[in-house]
Amino acid sequence: MSSSAVHSLWTTAAEGKLDKIPAPHIEYAQLAPTLIVLGAALIGVLVEAFVPRRSRYYVQVFLSVVALAAAFAAVVGLAAGGYGTTKAHIAAMGAIAVDGPALFLQGTILLASVVAVFTFAERRLDPEAHGNRVDSFAAQAASVPGSDSEQAAVKAGFTTTEVFPLALFAVSGMLVFPAANDLLTLFVALEVFSLPLYLLCALARRKRLMSQEAAVKYFLLGAFSSAFLLFGIALLYGYAGSVSYATIADVVSGSVQNVDPALAGTMGNDALLLIGGAMILMGLLFKVGAVPFHMWTPDVYQGAPTPVTGFMAAATKVAAFGALLRLLYVVLPGMSWDWRPVMWGVAIITMLGGAVVAITQTDIKRLLAYSSIAHAGFILAGVIATNADGISSVLFYLGAYSFVTIGAFAVVTLVRDAGGEATHLSKWAGLGRRSPLVAAVFAVFLLAFAGIPLTSGFSGKFAVFKAAAEGGAGALVVVGVISSAVAAFFYIRVIVLMFFSEPKADGPTVAVPSALTTAAIGVGVAVTLVLGVAPQYFLDLAHNASVFVR
Amino acid sequence: MSFPLLTATAALPALGAIATAAVPAARRTAAKWLALLVSVGTLVLAAIQLVRFEPGGARYQLTESHAWIKDFGVRYELGVDGIGVALIGLTALLIPFIIAAGWHDADPLETSAGPDSSFAAGRWRPTQGFFALILAVEAMVVLSFEATDVFLFYILFEAMLIPMYFLIGGFGDRAHAQGDEAAATQRSYAAVKFLLYNLVGGLIMLAAVIGLYVVAGSFSLNEIAAARASGSLHMATNTERLLFLGFFFAFAVKAPLWPLHTWLPNAMGEATAPVAVLITAVVDKVGTFAMLRFCLQLFPEASKWATPVIVVLAVISIIYGALLAVGQRDIKRLVAYASISHFGFIIMGIFAMTSQGQSGATLYMVNHGISTAALMLVAGFLISRRGSRLISDYGGVQKVAPVLAGTFLIGGLATLSLPGLAPFVSEFLVLVGTFSRYPAAGVVATLGIVLAALYVLVLYQRTMTGPVKAEVQGMPDLKVRELLVVAPLIGLLIFLGVYPKPLTDIVNPAVRQTMSDVQKKDPNPVVEAAK
Repeated sequence: MSSSAVHSLWTTAAEGKLDKIPAPHIEYAQLAPTLIVLGAALIGVLVEAFVPRRSRYYVQVFLSVVALAAAFAAVVGLAAGGYGTTKAHIAAMGAIAVDGPALFLQGTILLASVVAVFTFAERRLDPEAHGNRVDSFAAQAASVPGSDSEQAAVKAGFTTTEVFPLALFAVSGMLVFPAANDLLTLFVALEVFSLPLYLLCALARRKRLMSQEAAVKYFLLGAFSSAFLLFGIALLYGYAGSVSYATIADVVSGSVQNVDPALAGTMGNDALLLIGGAMILMGLLFKVGAVPFHMWTPDVYQGAPTPVTGFMAAATKVAAFGALLRLLYVVLPGMSWDWRPVMWGVAIITMLGGAVVAITQTDIKRLLAYSSIAHAGFILAGVIATNADGISSVLFYLGAYSFVTIGAFAVVTLVRDAGGEATHLSKWAGLGRRSPLVAAVFAVFLLAFAGIPLTSGFSGKFAVFKAAAEGGAGALVVVGVISSAVAAFFYIRVIVLMFFSEPKADGPTVAVPSALTTAAIGVGVAVTLVLGVAPQYFLDLAHNASVFVR
Repeated sequence: MSFPLLTATAALPALGAIATAAVPAARRTAAKWLALLVSVGTLVLAAIQLVRFEPGGARYQLTESHAWIKDFGVRYELGVDGIGVALIGLTALLIPFIIAAGWHDADPLETSAGPDSSFAAGRWRPTQGFFALILAVEAMVVLSFEATDVFLFYILFEAMLIPMYFLIGGFGDRAHAQGDEAAATQRSYAAVKFLLYNLVGGLIMLAAVIGLYVVAGSFSLNEIAAARASGSLHMATNTERLLFLGFFFAFAVKAPLWPLHTWLPNAMGEATAPVAVLITAVVDKVGTFAMLRFCLQLFPEASKWATPVIVVLAVISIIYGALLAVGQRDIKRLVAYASISHFGFIIMGIFAMTSQGQSGATLYMVNHGISTAALMLVAGFLISRRGSRLISDYGGVQKVAPVLAGTFLIGGLATLSLPGLAPFVSEFLVLVGTFSRYPAAGVVATLGIVLAALYVLVLYQRTMTGPVKAEVQGMPDLKVRELLVVAPLIGLLIFLGVYPKPLTDIVNPAVRQTMSDVQKKDPNPVVEAAK
């Protein structure tokens, strides 16, 4: 094995003689989805700089939607070209995998992002401020909450159109995250999507202090988890002498004999492998929101602007689970005996913890946050299956879950009172009387979260539980159904509140949204029902996409 | 391709539900007539099923099979046996009566401040919703009687909880004034309790359903039965027992069997009388039906293993339900506890593992449906007149409303299994069938009949006889609509009590088949079920 074999995209330049740095070989066409989104994000920055303020909003929305749609078309094109199955391979000198799971997840992220951008762009919900239509984001992020400069910004009708390029940057990172095929790419992708998210969290128009607090919390804890991840990467490099997934897997399985002389002291040291692997897992489980790395979730979900929460809850989860799957199935299958028991424990406490704590919540956004934790547990049950069904079921679940989530948060943005969104549960009493349609739609989402048959939630839950049972994790399935029962209680409680309680006199009003949010909610409902009643096509899709390239 | 009769029988009410829900807010009466028309159409389809069904023919008839979710190994497979077709008939028969009986249950209330304000918004359409939900329940119940794919059955078993939940929680007894906070709280408590009990049961069943797939590799009853017969499928004893328990738990909650019964009195007490009938006479039958079809057929060995315990629980249900019925002060809760006692009989008959017992249990399901419907609907009419569910608020009704009292009495006598009325035949068969295998259980269960006489007759005596109470004075007798609801049910009770043969002819071959599934022979001497 030549020493260059252990190098990756990131280290070839360093190895080469300085007088002739070899140009890395990049398959641009196969990376098109990411590149399109990234390019659009950069253009978005230029738009902020050069386009007049009054037309920025329209340009940004147009640009974002077109870019995401084009990227999705590129994903479909790649999948149709067989890159998901027969032509799956590793592009960009080992940095990016172009294979079924990557393309499936990228497609899911892009679709979810389009829907999320719709909710970002909604400007009908808040009452007009000084004759200007406003969205959910702060007029001017830099002005201190409650200050004169904030008032001036509101009066001038400023809006933070930067959210669109920020979202696009985040999406581009998320596209790379599940496709990353070496640890450094993984880390770079993580940072590329995390940093814009930290910012987006801080940009709420209402309750700005809470929003900023959420962002700081998210940033601090996220920085910790990044540090863990990075430390883990360093340790794994020490263990394997490479950051490439394939090489690490080979070293783990013992098929690499020769040792990099520079790393002779550490290579093959199992302590490094175990500690490093555990730290990387911790970093990923943080992003996934699994117990005990979930502490940020409720605060951030509650504080962030609701469209951002929906985007984060859906797309981040998809990306993070994609990366987790690839890490466990490609890098560490050789030590599944070591990580499976740990992941069992994490899955169990995540399912139970999320479901039990959710019961006591009184804020709808926090409730959905804990519910997302419980769902992370269900998905982990599928991850642990370690069979082909495990991968396909997780892919399917992620697709199903992300649309329910975005739809549910989009409904949350509609229910408002004088203070903005009325997220306290007591204010939702009798909503079914005031606006039967909105309440019915939200009930559909809640039933899907609860996994009631004929919704996508049931198909997904059934798929992961079946995979887990086939993978020998029957006990997990039992814990899963028990926590589903617990979880059902609080979803049902919200339905009771909406339909069977008398409306309060000072209750919130339901804002009439523009076509954008309507479309987002409509897509959510349609996907929820289609995946519930006739999931076969999408299961096939997930099934065909369930082979990782090594 | 022949006409998909089974699908049509379920699809008609499903489409009817959507159409009913879509009727504009102002056209409430049109929605009611549409729902009634759809339910009668469904009854016609169910009747065609009964006619086309050949007793003694293939086990599952009128079958349909289509690919559905290949990845889960799920097919859309339908087929009816004698038990299924009888219960579909019962369901389709009762729904028009339930709709007619609940004709005014979801109308806007005239309050002192003018019409109910929540109707004023125009978008809130409870009347349409009420009848649409009933039809939705009918569609799911019918399809669950037809499903021969375990997964398909499971989906319906769970999904029917949602419309039931809204029916219980959303439409309260008119005994309470609108806006009565305490009543609303109780009602939503009952609805949530109903949903959670059944959901927990269903989720435990979900684990067993997945387990079954892992073990058997299929959800199709036919395929699993064939694999069992050819010996290619062998379940380890413990696995089979665990899976059996998972399924049985869900069915026992639904049925309901002591000690999982506590949701039923709440649900039946708080729901309107027609919805209470829907719960106990229609939806709960899915539980007992599923014990026969799924527990015995999929897990014959485990069923035999569990029989002694289940029979004991059933006997406890019979006695406990009857004792609590004796002590009730609330008419609807009394009927609910009586139903628990009757479900005990049904479950005992199923697990006695004799052909009389199982024939009797199946007949019991049908007869209990009709007799409870008669009693409960008349009770509902009574309650709507006085505005109270308490027995002590009535007295001497037979002097003011003789027809009401008379029909109430017949419904009550059917409930206590008076010879000559339909439930007698089934109760007798169940007791005979049980006695030949478990004499002790048979003897103790007979006490249930005595207690039934007590709670029914005491109820009648306290409400209908004696001096006429002031509030009861001037109570109107049954109206034409109400009479049209009750009279056919009573006619049917008498007809099936005197001449049960049409029903037994359909049911018996299916029961023999089930008996051969569990490889049980009747204990000697073999007594052929009443012909």
